[in-house]
Amino acid sequence: MSAKLIDFRTEPSAYRHWKLEFDGNIAHLIMDVDSTAGLFDGYELKLNSYDLGVDIELNDAVQRLRFEHPEVQAVIFRSGKENVFCAGANIRMLSKASHVHKVNFCKFTNETRLAIEDASAQSGQTYICAIKGTAAGGGYELAVTADYIMLIDDRKSSVSLPELPLLAVLPGTGGLTRVTDKRKVRRDLADVFCTTEEGVRGKRAVQWRLVDEVLPPSAWVEGVSSRARALAEKSDRPRDAKGIALPRLAREITPDTVTYRHVQVVLEPARRRATITIHGPGNPAPDSVEAAQSLGADFWPLAMARDLDDAILHLRLNEPELGLLVFRSIGDVASVLAHDEFLAANANHWLMREITHYLKRTLKRVDVTSRSLITLIEPGSCFAGTLAELAFAADRAVMFAGSAIGDNRPPAAITLGVMNFGPYKMGNGLTRLETRFLGEAASVVRARSLVGTTLDADAAMEAGLVTASYDATDWDDEIRIMLEERASFSPDSLTGLEANLRFAGPETMETRIFGRLTAWQNWIFQRPNAVGVDGALQRYGSGQQPVYDRNRV
Amino acid sequence: MPDGMNIDYDGLIPNNVGLNADARVRKALETWHPGYIDWWKDMGPEGFQDSLVYLRTAIGVDPKGWAKFDYVKMPEYKWGILLAPAVPDRKIPFGKHKGEPVWQEVPGEYRAMLRRLITVQGDTEPASVEQQRHLGTTAPSLYDLRNLFQVNVEEGRHLWSMVYLLHKYFGTEGREEAEELLARRSGHQDTPRMLGAFNEATPDWLSFFMFTFFTDRDGKMQLEALAQSGFDPLSRTCRFMLTEEAHHMFVGDSGVQRVVERTVEAMQQAGITDAHDIAGVRKLGVIDLPTIQKKINLHFSLTLDLFGNEISTNAANAFNAGIKGRYREDKLEDDHQLLEATYPVLRHVGGDFITEDVPALSALNLRLRNDYVQDCNSGITRWNRVIEKAGIDFRLALPHVAFNRHIGEFAAIHTDIAGQIIDDAAWAKLQDHVLPNQGDADYITSLMVAVTEPGAFAGWIAAPRVGIDNKPGDFEYVQVVA
Repeated sequence: MSAKLIDFRTEPSAYRHWKLEFDGNIAHLIMDVDSTAGLFDGYELKLNSYDLGVDIELNDAVQRLRFEHPEVQAVIFRSGKENVFCAGANIRMLSKASHVHKVNFCKFTNETRLAIEDASAQSGQTYICAIKGTAAGGGYELAVTADYIMLIDDRKSSVSLPELPLLAVLPGTGGLTRVTDKRKVRRDLADVFCTTEEGVRGKRAVQWRLVDEVLPPSAWVEGVSSRARALAEKSDRPRDAKGIALPRLAREITPDTVTYRHVQVVLEPARRRATITIHGPGNPAPDSVEAAQSLGADFWPLAMARDLDDAILHLRLNEPELGLLVFRSIGDVASVLAHDEFLAANANHWLMREITHYLKRTLKRVDVTSRSLITLIEPGSCFAGTLAELAFAADRAVMFAGSAIGDNRPPAAITLGVMNFGPYKMGNGLTRLETRFLGEAASVVRARSLVGTTLDADAAMEAGLVTASYDATDWDDEIRIMLEERASFSPDSLTGLEANLRFAGPETMETRIFGRLTAWQNWIFQRPNAVGVDGALQRYGSGQQPVYDRNRV
Repeated sequence: MPDGMNIDYDGLIPNNVGLNADARVRKALETWHPGYIDWWKDMGPEGFQDSLVYLRTAIGVDPKGWAKFDYVKMPEYKWGILLAPAVPDRKIPFGKHKGEPVWQEVPGEYRAMLRRLITVQGDTEPASVEQQRHLGTTAPSLYDLRNLFQVNVEEGRHLWSMVYLLHKYFGTEGREEAEELLARRSGHQDTPRMLGAFNEATPDWLSFFMFTFFTDRDGKMQLEALAQSGFDPLSRTCRFMLTEEAHHMFVGDSGVQRVVERTVEAMQQAGITDAHDIAGVRKLGVIDLPTIQKKINLHFSLTLDLFGNEISTNAANAFNAGIKGRYREDKLEDDHQLLEATYPVLRHVGGDFITEDVPALSALNLRLRNDYVQDCNSGITRWNRVIEKAGIDFRLALPHVAFNRHIGEFAAIHTDIAGQIIDDAAWAKLQDHVLPNQGDADYITSLMVAVTEPGAFAGWIAAPRVGIDNKPGDFEYVQVVA
């Protein structure tokens, strides 16, 4: 399933599955999946079921609503089909997909769902889900990302998570977690809900807190729209502001490289490695938000985030064998920090807020990428402020000490900035530095005292910000050996190791989704009860019941 | 459970299932009973609750002579729980449990599936009573009025049958579903019936005949498929319901035929040979054949939607589980498991119709629908014989299966009645010519005037050849109490 290049770039005029309609400060995000337009051959996307292609469009729509539509304060998420809201992920797609594809598909859909919640929580763009027809499995998982869920009480529309009884898998796109952690459904009722194929409808759905409100058909349209208006009232988004356009991302792909404006990826399949080099800003920070806004998608923090976001997604889906991602950077430290300070100083401006949250989400995408991450801090690099987060996101960060003879680039340095101490929270609710120094509150305090100071390798080692440092004598060999050794380990055990070590500290709904739920789901996805020839996913739709291995493991 | 041929009429609820000895279910049914009577009075036939109607009531379940005829006030009709006699040593006839003894209790793993099937079937029974409740005031004869009421009370009894199964085998959830069956209302915006065709209006008597011919025939097919069930109480219930359903088929089949007979008779008398001379035919006070064709187009296409998606996982699951079989499964000669078999399915792919062989288990809805279409065609053939005998150059026909569909493969396209795919604009223009339009409705409504004199018939419909229970032509089938 991965022979074909998967492109995450799209735009509303190219959508096959979604429609966006605008009514003043309310947007309608309408799911109307074209059953014939699956990303791959061999399945039909009936009943508003989805595959990665549907989610790529959703991700784009959610992003554009935030950047292109500051005036939109509430989003009504609904179905464009008469009798069904959404039937969830397409089962035939899942049964044909490789394990690698399934896992990456689920991860991306999870990220998109969290992005919806991020919009409601952080951007004043509240999602309301209006369920008419069946919301089953992934359909309910989508619905439950909304802040407010309305269900029509037409005696047949229902919400359900039938994955377990029907498919022998879990509601793994966050559904199982959100039922308890977000909706606060009592665990025994959640147990009944998740084992009842037909789900729950009407008043019981409200009693169990699966939805917030039910309305009869006669009150439906008006009820949904007045609820949306009321929620929009609470928004701080500027209704009179003008959005910025997100033009199609420029990208050039050759067999060995993927080149964006601010990001270059060099692919080395023989070494199972991709090197991602990020270029710092080419221009000084703007002197006003108006100037920044007029730069639009060319404003460096946004442009770089879009490049990096796409690069990570591209590598995940299209280059599954490159297990090692090496981050490098080139640029002017001061300019990176100046952009950071600009974002921080204008944090209340809607666009700066959006850009900061987008950087946050992009860094989180790096966090949950199941590749070994190594950041190399070299002479001429600009790992400062926002970009320094890539050193803290990495499994290891290695820094060049001193300088090489004849090298006239600035010496390797790390510089901390305001953005390292708050805006870029990880999934666990902590900053990367707080996670790094989990038992060392004093180290975080000390790091904060170093803001703005150029730290050479010794100082960075002293502050605990890098894993190791090597001078010119050892650098090439040590780096080569480290990378070769890393690439030689089992990819599975590395994935497990990294996923455990990266998210130290408190559990949140998000870490429970990417950790507990995903890990169990990925285990189930390998087990014959789900994927064996007589397993539930393979037999689904054949009419034949699956045959289960009855051992409890 | 006693398998008595005779019915216990001593208690509140006539039955042959030993209700007296089953306190739990008896209590549930007795609790449900007042709600049912309220529903009947609210939603049953309007204006005739005190009239004496010459109805048949089941007095046994022996296929021979199970009914007796007498005058009854409908609210006092002996609704009850009647199962066909048990077949000794019956085995599950199909699916993965084929050959195992039939279940007398619901297997836990199939409980949800069975409850859903029973609830959907149950929901159709009161729905049609609701749809037909206004027809009494425009009946073309007392004979037809009585047939309408017979159909109505028996649909009510079919509801009882389904409610019995829900109460007996599905615990609290079953009781909740039984309550819901009384709470939904055909065509109501907020509490509609579950299936589309059961929320459509039945505005006139031709619609009623079409409904009983086409839509009740879907009911018959579903009951036939459920009568094969490995869940024996469901099988027995449906087998007995089918004996009643036959009369409903007869009402529709003969009703349309009598309309056609009257139309061609009037045309012959007036010397009209051109069936498309609609104005000329309508001047005779009969329903022109093209309008009858439009009604066929409407009711046939609406009913095809009831069969669900052509390719259906639910249908496959139900068959494999031994819950719902095929039409006349017991007469089919194959392995009754269909694990390797395929079945050709007409599909709409990329703007064209193609026939695709799909796993037979997945195509069971379509298979049942195909059997249904064949069953419908036998009626069409009979009606055409009447037209042909009259020497009129016109033939009724079923429209293409893709015509006017809202569920399944063809939901997203428009076609003409021959199945040619057309665009939205062409469909908008065509609709009035292939489906009943306002003018047609107005004309038919103008004919709908009650005829209450015994032995008399409205001018747009012929008299039947024989009376019910062999009664003479002027028999007073309904003693109307104003």
